[in-house]
Amino acid sequence: MTKQTMFEKIWRAHEVVPESAEAPAVLYIDLHLVHEVTSAQAFRLLRERGIPVRRPDRTVATLDHATPTDTRQLFGGVPIRLESAARQIEELERNAAASGIELFGLRDKHRGIVHVIGPELGLTQPGMTIVCGDSHTSTHGAFGTLAFGIGTTEVGHVLATQCLLQRKPKTLAVEVRGKFAHGVSAKDLVLAIIAQLGVAGGSGQVIEYRGEAVRALSMDERMTVCNMSIEAGARAGMIAPDETTFTYMRGRPRAPAGAEWERALAAWQQLPSDAGAAFDREVALDASDVPPMISYGTNPGMSIPVNGIIPMRNDESFLKAMQYMAFAPGDMLAGKPVDIVFIGSCTNSRLSDLRAAAALLRGRKVASGVRMLVVPGSQQVKQAAEAEGLHEVFTGAGAEWRESGCSMCVGINGDTAPAGRYVVSTSNRNFEGRQGQGARTLLASPVTAAAAAVTGRITDPRDLMS
Amino acid sequence: MQVIRRIRSRTLVLPAADVDTDQIFPARFLTTTSRDGLGRALFADWRFDAEGRPRPEFVLNRPESAGCSILVAGRNFGGGSSREHAPWALLDYGIRAVISTSIADIFFSNAVKNGLLPVIVDEDTHQWLLAHPGAELEIDLEAITVALPDGRRAGFPMEAFARHCLLHGVDELGYLISCLPAIEAHERTNAR
Repeated sequence: MTKQTMFEKIWRAHEVVPESAEAPAVLYIDLHLVHEVTSAQAFRLLRERGIPVRRPDRTVATLDHATPTDTRQLFGGVPIRLESAARQIEELERNAAASGIELFGLRDKHRGIVHVIGPELGLTQPGMTIVCGDSHTSTHGAFGTLAFGIGTTEVGHVLATQCLLQRKPKTLAVEVRGKFAHGVSAKDLVLAIIAQLGVAGGSGQVIEYRGEAVRALSMDERMTVCNMSIEAGARAGMIAPDETTFTYMRGRPRAPAGAEWERALAAWQQLPSDAGAAFDREVALDASDVPPMISYGTNPGMSIPVNGIIPMRNDESFLKAMQYMAFAPGDMLAGKPVDIVFIGSCTNSRLSDLRAAAALLRGRKVASGVRMLVVPGSQQVKQAAEAEGLHEVFTGAGAEWRESGCSMCVGINGDTAPAGRYVVSTSNRNFEGRQGQGARTLLASPVTAAAAAVTGRITDPRDLMS
Repeated sequence: MQVIRRIRSRTLVLPAADVDTDQIFPARFLTTTSRDGLGRALFADWRFDAEGRPRPEFVLNRPESAGCSILVAGRNFGGGSSREHAPWALLDYGIRAVISTSIADIFFSNAVKNGLLPVIVDEDTHQWLLAHPGAELEIDLEAITVALPDGRRAGFPMEAFARHCLLHGVDELGYLISCLPAIEAHERTNAR
């Protein structure tokens, strides 16, 4: 039997109709995650055509993108300030109720960012195909799933048929050898990978991250890496399930239990790529060469070591980025002033991210004139963080502690940065205007963001770590 | 969906590489539940200043751009967010085809599903197109070629099923629904 990659195993197990020269494959989708911003038009299309939601039991909805993180608007009786967002939320509430889809609603203790709650609840399971109308669906690949973002028309296809028409993508192995240096996190690794591959380097491909350094990552860290696969243009990112995965999954509310767990585990253990399976392309890097990273431009590929200097390029997108960011080639980023620090998003809002930021902040204050916003990825993360007293570390330092949601990563929920301001952000995109019209985003890890909050300047976090 | 056979138009040229969907359709317009009339938000932050006045230097605001329905873009157009509002806005504005050397995966898929034709050309053709804004082109989806004003023709790749759907106005959902017996059989076999 031919040696197969994990991607091929999952793909084949979900082929309802294999692809041919004339038509793409019909691919079965195990889990469809839905949120308020990219679903309304799909539900409307189904209603107009009189088509019901075929498998509401395989569909889970939450409110995150346009949902306010302000406690008063969620729990204090204050109306949702953005009327268009409130209408979108109400529309998903109606659509979910009418279709029998489970919705983690505004005040639900399990609500949160779609890519945080899926794994947290044990909905995300190895070997699955998972889609969502959101490009960061690649996050779920950390569990050995094939998970990718889709558009709203495809959301409609999955609601109607539980399937998608897909051409088989190519495979790219990213091998990460060695061990991480002190003060370096999964976020730094993935920024370094994107800087190496380029923002279109993964186009048409599914990445499998592998190697010693990847095996050593926790599930939270693996999610951070897979999350940003799309920022290299990749269709999806994945990591083989192992004991770290199984330990994380065991006992989660929606994970299999008892005899079902044993059956599932046996199947999951067959998922990793066979030894010697061929990838269409392979690249390698050494974790020990990766320093704390930060972005300087207007896409995630424009990233450098936090103590490095902005390189010289002559292409139009680079020059436009320099103008937008008000930086110049040869500039050193370390020492530049910062206005806002945002800790949150589906990339870095899990408990371990909050712990890392809090460890650096403990006993310190947010610099005068800097606004710091800490937004947990889910209400469960919030509760767990509060049980450890992390919220007191943040608020004691002068940061704002919020309800869960996408917040300032996408800026359509009331949390935005003003034009011209510099935001050190643990999110995934530094595109022009991403965090507010004219706002300037610098992507970094939670500790690098926390270090910037303390000094009010871009800072190598290792200078503040004991 | 509208049938596409030939698109004949002058070009609009946006040479920057890696134009992401946050530029094509800024996030703050995403809190809509409609897919109509989104053209007014197309490239909003490049087209208008903070007071909402048109920026005269931006290509969409130049008089010669009126009526152009082919956009020539820099490489890797449409990366980032999966928002289908990006092709919806381009179509609503009047763009019917996007030409580049590479187009991001999700945008490409979203474009095809809405009858916005993504055209991948070779580097030489792309360089010529970037250097000749306003060139009158004819894109022929039956022949799968782009004809330049001097009569040269460049071929472009187009997946067979997508081409069939675009040429005949076939809706992919209808095709998927015709596969329901196979889907049900798959669910029985896999106890899904």
